[in-house]
Amino acid sequence: MDLTFSPQEEAFRREVRSFIAENLPPDLKGRSRRDMTSKDDFVRWHKILAKKGWVAPAWPREYGGPGWSVTQRYIFNEECAEAETPLVLPFGIAMVGPVIYTFGNDEQKKKFLPRILSGDDWWCQGYSEPGAGSDLASLKTRAVREGGHYIVNGQKTWTTLAQYANWIFCLVRTDPDAKQQEGISFLLIDMNTPGITVKPIIVLGGVHEVNEVFFDNVKVPVENRIGEENKGWTYAKFLLVHERSGIAGVARSKKAIERLRQIGEAEKVDGTPLVDTEEFARKISEVEIELSALEFTELRTLAQESKGRMAGPESSILKIKGTEIQQRITELTLEAVGYYGFPDYHAFNDNEYPVGPDYALGQSSHYLNMRKASIYGGSNEIQRNIIAKMVLGL
Amino acid sequence: MDFSFTEEQELLRNSIAKFLAGNYGFETRRKIVKSDLGWQPEYWKQFAELGLLAAPLPEAHGGLGGGPVDVLIVMEEFGKKIVVEPFVPTVVIGGGFLKRASAALQQQWLPKIAGGEAIFAFAYAEPNGRYNLAELATVAKKQGPNYVLNGRKAVVLAGPWADQLIVTARTAGGPRNEKGVTVFLVDRKSKGISARDYPTVDELRASEIAFENVEVPAANVIGEPDNGLPLVEQVTDEAIAATCAEACGAMKALVDATVDYSKTRKQFGVPIGKFQVLQHRMVDMFTAYEQSVSITYMLTLKLGESDAARKKAASAAKVQIGKAGRFVGQSAVQIHGGMGMTEELSVGHYFARLSMIDAQFGNVDHHLRRYAALG
Ligand SMILES: Cc1cc2nc3c(=O)[nH]c(=O)nc-3n(C[C@H](O)[C@H](O)[C@H](O)COP(=O)(O)OP(=O)(O)OC[C@H]3O[C@@H](n4cnc5c(N)ncnc54)[C@H](O)[C@@H]3O)c2cc1C
Repeated sequence: MDLTFSPQEEAFRREVRSFIAENLPPDLKGRSRRDMTSKDDFVRWHKILAKKGWVAPAWPREYGGPGWSVTQRYIFNEECAEAETPLVLPFGIAMVGPVIYTFGNDEQKKKFLPRILSGDDWWCQGYSEPGAGSDLASLKTRAVREGGHYIVNGQKTWTTLAQYANWIFCLVRTDPDAKQQEGISFLLIDMNTPGITVKPIIVLGGVHEVNEVFFDNVKVPVENRIGEENKGWTYAKFLLVHERSGIAGVARSKKAIERLRQIGEAEKVDGTPLVDTEEFARKISEVEIELSALEFTELRTLAQESKGRMAGPESSILKIKGTEIQQRITELTLEAVGYYGFPDYHAFNDNEYPVGPDYALGQSSHYLNMRKASIYGGSNEIQRNIIAKMVLGL
Repeated sequence: MDFSFTEEQELLRNSIAKFLAGNYGFETRRKIVKSDLGWQPEYWKQFAELGLLAAPLPEAHGGLGGGPVDVLIVMEEFGKKIVVEPFVPTVVIGGGFLKRASAALQQQWLPKIAGGEAIFAFAYAEPNGRYNLAELATVAKKQGPNYVLNGRKAVVLAGPWADQLIVTARTAGGPRNEKGVTVFLVDRKSKGISARDYPTVDELRASEIAFENVEVPAANVIGEPDNGLPLVEQVTDEAIAATCAEACGAMKALVDATVDYSKTRKQFGVPIGKFQVLQHRMVDMFTAYEQSVSITYMLTLKLGESDAARKKAASAAKVQIGKAGRFVGQSAVQIHGGMGMTEELSVGHYFARLSMIDAQFGNVDHHLRRYAALG
């Protein structure tokens, strides 16, 4: 066991830091602190990283990854969080990409991976349905084989940022008579195919973040199926574990705590900085300690991965704790801004100077919005069920 | 001991509940909060006709002579529908100050409040004051028959709708001194007032208000000059009681909606309400709601007691409501899953309002400190 970084790793950190300093457009810095939904903001940063070859830190080198060690990935994440870069959306890079290079055929790898890396394709995730949320395996969207095509009918929902997507990866039912998990296939569907309709769902705070996606006799070439027919659940499960391990968000939470402290310095309770009041100092310390524990839980998981052992069901801990900590920080931030939590940030347009201190802007909306974190990616109740069953054997 | 309501009070509750059931469905409310005005003046007239606005005001000035229990009833019912019309700023705060004002001001304003002809907003919080009611950078200087007001007030709820403002200002002493606070009644259209109006995240409207050499007649001072803080605290505690009642109504609506939803939403072949972990969470929501009602009753009944007893009760209630509101709001969203996150469902709107109630008149930490300091 060793906690120090080698001189090479320190040099790597400096390299990353100066790259970000030189390449992060100033108007994008800190955008991710608020609820960000502009397409351009995501794409610009994605392309900057792609050009450098750094957009997919976890991908193997043969598919266009940078070939970094676990430690380098950790350092890279820390530096991005520190500089408050936009996030790289997970749907292409962290979700469908690894599925394609793990289970896809050569044609698929050649066709899709480069465009995921370059940011030319925008992917969205079509898993959930109105009737199939936590019980994902009960999904009903039907794909019927007709010659060289599947004909897809049904509906997906909660599809994040599908309004910008030109591709969607979907779980569809190909065998309605098999046991639930055994009749599912994994399809890649071009969003421009006739028969697809996207309808917005507005979430708390007035943000257009998710959508309903309808499929009406949508023709999908058979070559867009990943792996074998009716084996889609296996690939989906692989992806869910992948999704979970990325979800802890430790570096970003560290930065959010730093921001919270700055707000606490500026806010005065009877003349004393809020951070110096006993109650608040205690609360910040508590969440910071939880975060330290989580950081080391994540590092232990990563260390195992680097020895070639895939993260198992215990990675659900990362999802539960990571999202609880993110939510706790938003709670404390809302507390910290006091009355200036009231103004509805979405009601001010971009060229209008909003009311209250800058740091208060949008914090209440962000607090409300972050309740999603314990719901998406498998709710925290479901994660606990997974640990109970798979780890504790209950 | 008796926790029952009188026949008149039951009638009051029924008439409000009936009006809101017929006129304040969630889709109607959505239209109201999205309209340019952001509230429905037509309803305000009808509230006056129903006697709501007169209920807690003195009979000598057009009121019905009720008290805190009537306010509790109105606000519980309003909370169940998250009504946005400014009952607390106008009747509880405006009426609360004015019924302790000079005979002339009482005579002039109380009948107007009861009749629905005047809307008030309470301009007390300041950009740098957080929750300390005495931390005032707004100053008023006596000049001949007038005071001259200068300063800025933050997040004045109902500010855009009000025609009269209750303004706290420093007339003597240094920052945070208990002495030297004076309360003014200020016409919103006075020369020198400028405002920036905006919507809030819980779908109310608020203003940032700047006062630049605003002249206010000395006759518009409410209570004693330089010694207004005890009155401000008292009326604020009354407003806390009303807001706690609103929160109870909102929690009730969320508990009911969540229990109902869990009986109909099916996953894994069963209603999600069958999962024990969700059952326990709903039991905790229900318990938090019941505890909140209890403490709100306690506060309501203690509003007329000694200053110390009243303050302690108000802070106790605000702490309980702040915590319970957060837990009930978050749990309701969680148990609704993705649906709980949508604008379309009412759940998220109740959650937003409950979240902001904690910040209103001092949050959990503020009131824990005040409670502890009272010994
Ligand atoms: C902002 C946001 C973005 C999303 N983005 C995407 C996306 O891009 N693609 C996609 O496919 N999906 C997406 N989702 C969907 C998300 O994965 C689902 O919301 C989630 O799986 C929960 O499903 P549900 O909403 O139907 O809730 P339900 O499954 O109906 O759950 C309701 C409640 O019941 C609980 N519950 C259910 N079963 C059990 C059980 N067995 N034991 C205990 N408790 C249980 C849940 O934890 C929850 O609290 C997104 C959701 C949100 C909110």
